[in-house]
Order: sequence, then structure tokens, then C-alpha cells
Amino acid sequence: MFNEHIFDYLRTDKLPHIWCPGCAHGIIVGSLVRSIEKLKIDKNKIAVLSGIGCSGRTPGYLDMNTLHTTHGRSLTFATGIKMAKPELTVIDVMGDGDAVAIGGNHFIHACRRNIDIKAIIFNNNIYGMTGGQYSPTTPTNYYASTAPYGNVETPFDIVKLAKGAGASFVARADAFHIGLLDNVIQKALSHKGFSVVEVMATCPTQFGRRNKMKEPYQMLDFVAERAISLKKWQEMSEEERKGKFPIGIFVDEQREEYVETYEKNVIERAKKGDR
Amino acid sequence: MKKRYTHKIFKNLCKGCSLCVHYCPKNVLEIGDDRKVIAARPDDCIGCHMCEMRCPDFAIQVHVCEEEEKEKVK
Repeated sequence: MFNEHIFDYLRTDKLPHIWCPGCAHGIIVGSLVRSIEKLKIDKNKIAVLSGIGCSGRTPGYLDMNTLHTTHGRSLTFATGIKMAKPELTVIDVMGDGDAVAIGGNHFIHACRRNIDIKAIIFNNNIYGMTGGQYSPTTPTNYYASTAPYGNVETPFDIVKLAKGAGASFVARADAFHIGLLDNVIQKALSHKGFSVVEVMATCPTQFGRRNKMKEPYQMLDFVAERAISLKKWQEMSEEERKGKFPIGIFVDEQREEYVETYEKNVIERAKKGDR
Repeated sequence: MKKRYTHKIFKNLCKGCSLCVHYCPKNVLEIGDDRKVIAARPDDCIGCHMCEMRCPDFAIQVHVCEEEEKEKVK
């Protein structure tokens, strides 16, 4: 179960993709395809959406039902698709800008509703496509084109945000630890309810070069060094945790799903004229 | 008998980022003169598939040697 059948799920005429050499977005797409293949989901029963940005290119390369939407609003389109066609597996691929900056509002409300959408967030800590401006997830003291003296802001913790907003499946993985990444995406795809997977990706061109990481592997090492398994994280002191982040599954619970509840409490009653 | 592996490399997809070269535990791969990856020492490969799964361009696949597959069938 490796990349043997990967081209069955890709639009091969669109390859090679536009992502920079060494960009981790391709690694995550590979993992997503392997997970879909492992779970034997029919590719005609999947809808993949994205917003704007480097991550927004993903649907273009996947041979499934795909939609490339406006910046930050992909969750609203995804909500519409899921409501109209609940039988589809709706995967929403977002960047960090899509999910927590421009689309932050849509994100927390999708979490609150617990609608059955799989949100995969490609977190590369920067706005890569538009020229390396710092994003809400750029770590403090790291450089970006709009932060020449280092970023002074505190970054968002997407896992805590999703947890607080009420998502029923929240996990974080990174592009280096492939085993965990495959595992987490498979669990998210088979979960019923709003699933958030934050994947720590890399941006060797815009983030790496500004932060003394010249080669793509240095950037991936930088992610791997900071990723700590959840078990080890709990034993660490506050001092040791500085600059690092935990990876693993944080929330996995069953709650009433929005489309089913809507069908039961609104559509059926409206058909009966019961008010 | 030790299993042997072949490396299927799609040169049109490879961008020469050298992630596979760096993360190979047995130092099997190299970047060639054309800035694309080549399997320089395929006999050392242990079939961990790390290059395959970390390749962002889907440009490399590791397969078990076909001759051995045939032997297995016999």
C-alpha cells in the first residue's frame, strides 16, 4: 500500500504540479490519496474543495469531483454540497490563511455545527503564493517579507481553536512523520462529524530562505524537530515545550451530525406540515 | 535470500529537490548531472519506501524485483 496506484487518482495530464521543489504540499496530497485508496472510497463519491493559495491548487490535480473556490470561503461551499448531497465524502483542503485568517469565521462555525466535512489544513506558516507575508500561524521571531525584524505576534494554535469551537475530531500531524499522517487522515475520513486535521507543512521558498534554511530538507527537518508525540508532550515541562508543538489525535468523539439532525428536525417535520 | 528492489523514476515529474536523497537511510539515491534523481546503489536498498512517501512530486516508486516475484510463484 504505497504509491503504486497513485496515478489512478491524479489528473496525470496536469503533472508535474506547480509547487516549488521540496514543497511538502505534494507529500500531503500523496498521503491523502493513499488514505482514500486504503479505505476503498469510490473516487466518484468524493468532493474535494479548496480556497486560494498554494494549497488551493490541490483539487486541480485530483481526479475526483473538485471545486476551486474563493479565498477562505471553501467551507461555505462545502457546507452547501454536503447539505445537497449527503452521500458524498466532502474533503475541504485549506491553507492556514484560508482556515484561520480570511475564513476564520466560517471555520469556527463549521466546528460548532459539527457538519460532516473533512477539513485538512496545510499549515506552512506563511502566505507562500503571494510573496511570503506573515500569516496568523507564523511563529514568533521568524522572518517574513512583511516582518523584516521578525514576527512580533503570537501564532494561532489551530488545534486549540478547533477544540474550543467544538469540532468532534481534531488532530495534528506533520509532513515528516508519514506513518502518523496516513493514520490520522484515514481516521478523519472515516469519522462522522466535522474533522480537523492540521498538517504542519513546509515552505522552502518563502519561509525557509528567509529563516536560514536554504535546502528543502532543512525546512522539513525544522518541522520534524519541533513535532513531539502527544504522550511525550504531556510529560514535558513548560520550559521544554517552548517552540515545539504536539502531534497526535486530540479529540475523537461522536456527536449529533448537522445534516442528519437537519433532516430529522426540519425536513421531515416540514413535509408533514408539523409546526 | 535478500530481497532486491528496483526504483521506478519518472524523470518528467522529478524536480531535483533531493528530499529522497537526504532521507534514504542506506544512501541509495543520488542527484544526477541532469538535476534529477538516479538510483546509484540499488543493491543497498532495504525497501523502506521512505523516498516514495516523502517525494512531493510522486516521481519515485520502489518495487520488488520482478525475477524474484516469478520465483515466488514457482
